[in-house]
Amino acid sequence: MAPKVPPQPTLEQSTTAAEAGHGHAHEAPPKGIMRWLLTTNHKEIGSMYLIFSLIMFFIGGIFALVVRLELFQPGLQFVNPEFFNQMTTMHGLIMVFAAVMPAFTGLANWMIPLQIGAPDMALPRLNNFSFWLLPVAFGLLLSTLFMPGGGPNFGWTFYAPLSTTYAPPSTTFFILSLHIAGISSILGAINIVATILNMRAPGMRMMDMPLFVWTWLITAFLLIAVMPVLAGVITMMLMDINFGTSFFDASGGGDPVLFQHLFWFFGHPEVYIMILPSFGIVSAIIPAFARKRLFGYASMVYATAAIAILSFMVWGHHMFVVGMPLAGQLFFMYATMLIAVPTGVKVFNWVTTLFRGSISFEPPMLFALAFVVLFTIGGFSGLMLAIAPADFQYHDTYFVVAHFHYVLVPGAIFSIMAATYFWLPKWTGHYPNVRLAQWHFWLSVISVNLTFFPMHFSGLAGMPRRIPDYALQFADFNLVSSIGAFMFGISQLLFVAVIVMCVRGGKKAPAAAWGEYADDLEWSVPSPAPLHTFETPPTFQRPAH
Amino acid sequence: MRTLLVWLAGGLTLAGSSQMALASGWNMPVGVTDLSREIYNLHMVIFWICVIIGVIVFGVMFYSLVRYRHSKGAKAANFHENTTVEIIWTAVPLLILIGMAIPATATLQKIYDPSGAELDVMITGQQWRWRYEYLGEDVAFNSNLATPRAQIRGNEERGENYLLEVDEPLVLPINRKVRFLFTSDDVIHAWWVPDFAVKQDTVPGFITENWVRINEPGIYRGQCAELCGVDHAFMPIVVHAVEEDEFDAWLAERQEMAAEEAMGIDREWEFDELMERGEGVYGSICASCHQPEGQGSPPAFPALAGNEQLLADLEWHKDVIINGVSGTAMPSFRTTLNPVELAAVITYTRNAWGNESGDAVQPAEIAERLQ
Repeated sequence: MAPKVPPQPTLEQSTTAAEAGHGHAHEAPPKGIMRWLLTTNHKEIGSMYLIFSLIMFFIGGIFALVVRLELFQPGLQFVNPEFFNQMTTMHGLIMVFAAVMPAFTGLANWMIPLQIGAPDMALPRLNNFSFWLLPVAFGLLLSTLFMPGGGPNFGWTFYAPLSTTYAPPSTTFFILSLHIAGISSILGAINIVATILNMRAPGMRMMDMPLFVWTWLITAFLLIAVMPVLAGVITMMLMDINFGTSFFDASGGGDPVLFQHLFWFFGHPEVYIMILPSFGIVSAIIPAFARKRLFGYASMVYATAAIAILSFMVWGHHMFVVGMPLAGQLFFMYATMLIAVPTGVKVFNWVTTLFRGSISFEPPMLFALAFVVLFTIGGFSGLMLAIAPADFQYHDTYFVVAHFHYVLVPGAIFSIMAATYFWLPKWTGHYPNVRLAQWHFWLSVISVNLTFFPMHFSGLAGMPRRIPDYALQFADFNLVSSIGAFMFGISQLLFVAVIVMCVRGGKKAPAAAWGEYADDLEWSVPSPAPLHTFETPPTFQRPAH
Repeated sequence: MRTLLVWLAGGLTLAGSSQMALASGWNMPVGVTDLSREIYNLHMVIFWICVIIGVIVFGVMFYSLVRYRHSKGAKAANFHENTTVEIIWTAVPLLILIGMAIPATATLQKIYDPSGAELDVMITGQQWRWRYEYLGEDVAFNSNLATPRAQIRGNEERGENYLLEVDEPLVLPINRKVRFLFTSDDVIHAWWVPDFAVKQDTVPGFITENWVRINEPGIYRGQCAELCGVDHAFMPIVVHAVEEDEFDAWLAERQEMAAEEAMGIDREWEFDELMERGEGVYGSICASCHQPEGQGSPPAFPALAGNEQLLADLEWHKDVIINGVSGTAMPSFRTTLNPVELAAVITYTRNAWGNESGDAVQPAEIAERLQ
């Protein structure tokens, strides 16, 4: 097997670039904080995105632990219901918009230019702006917790009229912060599309792109399509709250259900925004450690596109109990069931890649394998939820909470961790500490199941979502979930420890850190990747095998 | 194909039900209506389909992980495409899904047919209670959480039906088709009784419908399923399903009570009588927002104790209670409370917790204003 790119010329170019410093491109960058405020370098911006999302992951995690603490036993012990509602809302908002989405954008910033042989993102200054909007947006969002009347308390889905007529005064700030975060996402997505379509190395066709690039391209189109819908719906809320309109107020001729249609037209593609890049990451990692080419590359691309297109046609399945007409109910049920087909294709492809491979279990692979199993479990419960009559029983219970946490935590977040372990050698030049990473993995995988698996049972037994206190028959399940959640939360400190240690030192990693089957272009530049790479485009060669 | 599926469903349900004693409290309840049973069967069929697919997929995966370990010297094969296999594993799941969609569609069609109902009950969600109105029968009442706050705070031993008990349950006859009409006075709630497999959002300004035909008498409990504010966890549903003659007797008794109450509108009420009645209404309706001692929880819910506007302006006070305040959380109680209750609660709030207006508002005044 020959690598896709003859590494020599690229290496020389990169080394030259590193030695020459920044001088040959422009004057030396500013020092201190200004360097980070003004940087237009995709690697630095990528790192800032990743660090930001890690901080937010812990803040959102603390909110989740407040929720789990209160739910440890029946009764109200630690927080009052008002603050409990703020915690569930903030946990959801922070995890979705400030942890998972920026983490993927950070990975995109770092890896897409490296994977397609581009020197940087297509629009570097816009890139800087996209990032710096985020601390503003989420600083504002978190500050609402300290405002009179408290922060948002209506769930991350903020259904009207609970989020309009009945909302705390801070809701206007919540709207503003989501607007800013939305602009950041749209600008980031435009940048990614522009980069991928225009800046691929000579000779790299679309169907030669690594799957992470493909999945991100499709994700970016989803973002551009649906973030404006979110902006629209929150603007309508803003008008209802402050300017006397009645979009969602029936007493003024509006319709509260219109809110849900608009929200979920954004919201369903949004959940795929949080999972499609994961598919790309796992599709890079599994072949690398199975020492075998990915099975069904083309069908992976088509399946991703199919999922993205279907994602626009299934929003009604979040609304099976609002009283839709039968025809609507049937349409959304069939369309939702259909999503299982392309998703199944992906899982079958990963498993077939493993079949007759030569498999080893480095940390990125452990997380990728856990992803395949646990994401699939989340997919199964998703298929169950698609059956509209059965959904009448599952809807708004802990069964749903179990479902989406299985796809988001051991799904999206495990894939982000897998990506971190996979690309840390490229970012830092060192391998992550294997022993600590294994501890992190096993503690995470055990505790994540301890947390979320019992939620299937409490949901089926009849426990609704978003309640601070519950009937006694749910006590045992909640006890286990809470123990699991604290275990999971504490285990993540190991993740930080591994990253910090890896930045500081560790076993030196060569350019191709994970062997010959991790052969995308990023593995042709030295580890750590110098600040400037691919200033002269590499020539892309298709793999020979 | 269809027969095969029915057999599969039957077999799986049997396998499922043999485990039921073990699984009770871990699984969806079978319920007490024909539809809840159908839904339970759909749930078990799709569950076992997922289990079978899971066993196959994870079986191959874990076999590969054990068998083809690099550390054991496994050499990777070199294949990465096979059109036939890929078409098969696209087509087979598609067929399974079609097989699953057929019974699901049939059940859905039955659920969407409320025709032939013998009794209509209007169910209104309110922050944070349910209001039941037997349409055309002149019977209506509110149903509030009955669990004492002391149990929630842990100062008292929690009872068996902690958080799933109400002051006045909904009473329904068995073996009759009962149609529910749902709406809400404020935010969206969802009325859910797992044993009926009925879960329906109540949307302010709109009416949605659903129905039930209960097969067995009993007490069935459920909860609000849609986040509706601070006390979302504290608006349970209790349904007493009784024999048909027992239901008719109960309904007649309630009609008599309602008629008696209506007579009370015209007579002159004593101040103490109004205060006593008003305290009860305040406790079940107002206290969840404005707090038991009238201290409110600003900014959303203003204090009533010492509220100057309230004490200064009786007409404004009446208007707020009857019509609500648009753009705020204060709903209209025009239909929720009868004139006696309205008069009593207005009197009470003007004379409790140190409010000393001395006003006694008579039900007749309110009744006139409601015309």
